[in-house]
Amino acid sequence: MLRPYYFWSSFSPVIQSIGRRSISAIEAVGRVGHFVMDTARALPDVGTWARLLILQMRRVGVDSLPVALFIAAFTGVVLALQASYTFTGAVPLYFVGTLVGKTMMLELGPVLAGLALAGRVGASMAAELGTMKVTEQVDALETLAYDPQSYLVIPRVLAGTLMFPVIVAFAVATGIITGWLTSLVLLDLSTQDFIKGLKLFYVFKDVWFGLLKSASFGFTITLVGCIVGLSTRGGAEGVGRSTTRTVVYSAILILVLDAFWAVVLL
Amino acid sequence: MIEFQDLHKAFGEKPVLQGFSLKIRDAETVVVIGYSGSGKSVALKHIVGLLHPDAGDVIVDGQAVSTLDRDGLTRLRQGIGYVFQFAALFDSMTVADNLALGLRRRGLGEEEIEERVREALALVDLSGTGDRLPAELSGGMRKRVGIARAIALRPRYILYDEPTTGLDPVTSAVIDRLMVRTREHLGVTGVVVTHDMRSAYTVGDRIAMLFEGRMRQVGTPEEIQRTEDAVVRQFIEGRAE
Repeated sequence: MLRPYYFWSSFSPVIQSIGRRSISAIEAVGRVGHFVMDTARALPDVGTWARLLILQMRRVGVDSLPVALFIAAFTGVVLALQASYTFTGAVPLYFVGTLVGKTMMLELGPVLAGLALAGRVGASMAAELGTMKVTEQVDALETLAYDPQSYLVIPRVLAGTLMFPVIVAFAVATGIITGWLTSLVLLDLSTQDFIKGLKLFYVFKDVWFGLLKSASFGFTITLVGCIVGLSTRGGAEGVGRSTTRTVVYSAILILVLDAFWAVVLL
Repeated sequence: MIEFQDLHKAFGEKPVLQGFSLKIRDAETVVVIGYSGSGKSVALKHIVGLLHPDAGDVIVDGQAVSTLDRDGLTRLRQGIGYVFQFAALFDSMTVADNLALGLRRRGLGEEEIEERVREALALVDLSGTGDRLPAELSGGMRKRVGIARAIALRPRYILYDEPTTGLDPVTSAVIDRLMVRTREHLGVTGVVVTHDMRSAYTVGDRIAMLFEGRMRQVGTPEEIQRTEDAVVRQFIEGRAE
């Protein structure tokens, strides 16, 4: 039988590892809090971030629209077909409109667009800011008396928060339109019936819930992209790591936020 | 005047600066030499508050840099031009926009900005390159744009971080001449970090050697060339042992 000293010492590396990870997690939370405080403190510097906001809104919003619409279009088709397959014989077919509308507005519109844009917007921000960091461009910005939070972070985070709901609104509309076209062509469902289903359980909350969620996704994805990008170290390899991290963290946070809003608001 | 006062800085367990002290008088150019990784660039970054000291401080015009708040740092940085080792030009902007960025921050009008950009590019012999992107320039040209970006601000101080590293001897000589010309034309105080001894002798009014985190020796180029300190002598002669 092991004596108590040897018994506990065999656990020592495990306990040390847990301790190290816990400390590093707490430090990471502290760094994020500090970063958000710094960003909030830079908000009054409107002269710097306001003129960069339009550019970022175009990059985050307009340039991301094709990807979001492409995904939404096929989601609408699949939703209509799966609804019809599930309802066969048991539920009136006009419920296809209900399912397509509700699912696109409440869940798939915001979440699928969010996940796709975590890859497109979040990764590109992390790569851009990471490259600026490792090539000392962020330091150069500071020596030119700019605050990186007002020059780099605020325009990106604001653009993400403002433009994601717009993208999702277009994506939801596209998904509903392709769902309707699929019902019309492949399911022999009339337009009147599809619209009847669409209106059946519609409440205005469906719209603002989806848009609020998208704004929170936009805020999170861009904030993660900025935090991870600006903490990049170690050249090209570091930039690659930051890009991957941003996509993974954003995807996880989108799903957590999705559940959070469902619990709080539904 | 810039004064390093007993500056200490470590990264993790690794101490880099361990009591570095040096005074840089107005209108002189001091060259800080030392081995790679000896903390020369680290010391330079403390002047503009890019790094925070563990102990000690840098005093610029009577202000302790580490005690300045964000606004104080902004005011301090508006009087200092910084030339980075790899130029650190904003790669998504043209050369002219790179130069104009710092001037816009100072609230100058567009006409004055254009004039200053033209003047600074002419001073570094790069007139007509304003519309080009940094990726379209050679390494030497990028460094000259980096110097022009600092000059355009008409600062009181210019800090050069390894301005000739990675350049061929002729381009290095061009950069050296440019640094001398900048001091003569603008009368700015300069701090140059380098391990290029030819450059140090050309541009420095005084040369200071940083070794093991502390000041090893400081003196005029002639005094350094005549030094009897074995460490400094080995470094300036570039001997392996």
